[in-house]
Amino acid sequence: METNIMLSLDRISKTFNPGTINEKVALNGLDLRIEKGDFITVIGGNGAGKSTMMNAVTGVFPVDEGTITLDGEDITGLSEYKRAKYFGRVFQDPMTGTAPNMEIEENLALAYRRTKSHGLRWGISEKERVRYKEALARLDLGLENRMHAKVGLLSGGQRQALTLLMATLERPKMLLLDEHTAALDPKTADKVLRLTHEIVREDSLTTLMVTHNMKNAIEYGNRLIMMHEGQIILDIRGEDKKKLTVEALLAQFSRASGSEFANDRALLS
Amino acid sequence: MLLSGLCQGFIWAILSLGVYISYRMLDFADLSCEGTITTGASVAAMLIWRGCNPFLAALLAFIAGCLAGTITGLLHTKLKIPPILAGILTMISLYSINIHIMNLATGKEGTSNLSLLNYKDQTVYAAIDRLLGIGKTNASLLLGLVIAAAVIALLYWFFGTEIGCAIRATGTNEKMCRAQGINTDVTKIIGLAASNGFIALSGALLSQYQSYTDVGMGVGSIVIGLASIIIGETLFARAKHFAVRLLGIVVGAVLYRIVVAFVIFSGMPSTDLKLMTAVVVAVALSLPILKNRLALNAKKKNAKKAG
Ligand SMILES: Nc1ncnc2c1ncn2[C@@H]1O[C@H](COP(=O)(O)OP(=O)(O)OP(=O)(O)O)[C@@H](O)[C@H]1O
Ligand SMILES: [Mg+2]
Repeated sequence: METNIMLSLDRISKTFNPGTINEKVALNGLDLRIEKGDFITVIGGNGAGKSTMMNAVTGVFPVDEGTITLDGEDITGLSEYKRAKYFGRVFQDPMTGTAPNMEIEENLALAYRRTKSHGLRWGISEKERVRYKEALARLDLGLENRMHAKVGLLSGGQRQALTLLMATLERPKMLLLDEHTAALDPKTADKVLRLTHEIVREDSLTTLMVTHNMKNAIEYGNRLIMMHEGQIILDIRGEDKKKLTVEALLAQFSRASGSEFANDRALLS
Repeated sequence: MLLSGLCQGFIWAILSLGVYISYRMLDFADLSCEGTITTGASVAAMLIWRGCNPFLAALLAFIAGCLAGTITGLLHTKLKIPPILAGILTMISLYSINIHIMNLATGKEGTSNLSLLNYKDQTVYAAIDRLLGIGKTNASLLLGLVIAAAVIALLYWFFGTEIGCAIRATGTNEKMCRAQGINTDVTKIIGLAASNGFIALSGALLSQYQSYTDVGMGVGSIVIGLASIIIGETLFARAKHFAVRLLGIVVGAVLYRIVVAFVIFSGMPSTDLKLMTAVVVAVALSLPILKNRLALNAKKKNAKKAG
């Protein structure tokens, strides 16, 4: 069945440490439909469940209830590594997305094989190298001349740019970004964000981007969702989103949640 | 004495390369090593008692080691048992299993050692000597050299393949691997199987070289493997090429054996050897921290002088 829906989350629930004093309902019957080509920004206070939603989608842990459907296929029971061929991911911590002891080109070669099975063929081919060099040149960080450098030597921003490239080298069905610029200084963060925007637009990737920066959330994408206590409490798109301001967003949050917006990392201006 | 150190060095180099796979590639301190080296020795010795070709016996010992490594891998990945404990469980089980294997040779219960003195011309070393007529010692040297070179070549190739790269990546960043579609359970199991396969192969060669297998022969073998790795890495610290780093481990193992030979020759009781090795490894492993401390102290002193 051909539909316009890329990802559909139906009544997803996840409780951590059930039955203990640390019990925490992180996702509470969450519903979300993402259309093909959507670039959605996600905001919400500390512990709202944003990362948990991303991790549920990518299968880091199984959900307690609900179904996850990707492009018509029910992937709820699929293990993390099997889902990986559909998703490109960039994490908050620049250390998470790459293998520090391996060379830049080896990292890219691993990413290139995300959608394939691993055999006894040689881990990287000459043809690939040419392609990686071109792709790295596109980042405009000079990495194309350091293909044999260990990734551990790169700065946080360079690593995030590389991880972004790795996530999109083989076109994923969806790109998932969880505060991928939060650990970077403002200037680098801006550069990585612009790069993100460019790649998403050129490849018209369906994208979910968590950010704590309200301004970025308004500026980028065609749709904005706000999470609170494991649910989506605001969903703004199209013309409404274009007209949005930070003040209006905060006011809407208070009305919808009945509380003040609280995120210790939130940038309101 | 130097020659025997060399011969034994090549044999222990294969164990060290095996330990290198788990310890460095997978970042998994695998204690199964202490059991699998004896398993390799027992399987080879038992098969030779039973009239098996010694080369085939070594190959089957390798496979037995792979199986043991697979068990450790399954305990860790499927049952979520921490690495150290998973290794200890395999090591302890192998103690009993190794005795059962040796029982198969003698047909008696509770055989805790096997001598190959009556089978001296049925070892791989005797076979090479017969083939080339170069004498036992030269045959041992040659075979050790050839096998060590072959293992380096094999590892160099394997860790360059797609699966090999995935195994290396698993050791440095598991989360990233899963995000890149790598089944980290499988890569860990393959890595541990290969690691223990080579450790068992080294046991098989050792049993034939010294004509003796004892159920306790594996005690401390992991520390010897680590010592060789550390010596090799220190000497070849600048080596970038993977094959050269592997070669460094072989050199490390050989040097370690030669030092041991000298120490024993100079009159130290051989039973103190394990203590000495442990001390050397502990010091070597703590070198980075000690260096930092010293640098820090030096800074403080300088700061005091300046202030
Ligand atoms: N693996 C886990 N085990 C136990 N509790 C967890 C786990 N992961 C998340 N939680 C809890 O679930 C809740 C939601 O966490 P989540 O990380 O999804 O929040 P978030 O919206 O990403 O917040 P932040 O803005 O701080 O990143 C929090 O209370 C958190 O403590
Ligand atoms: Mg989060």
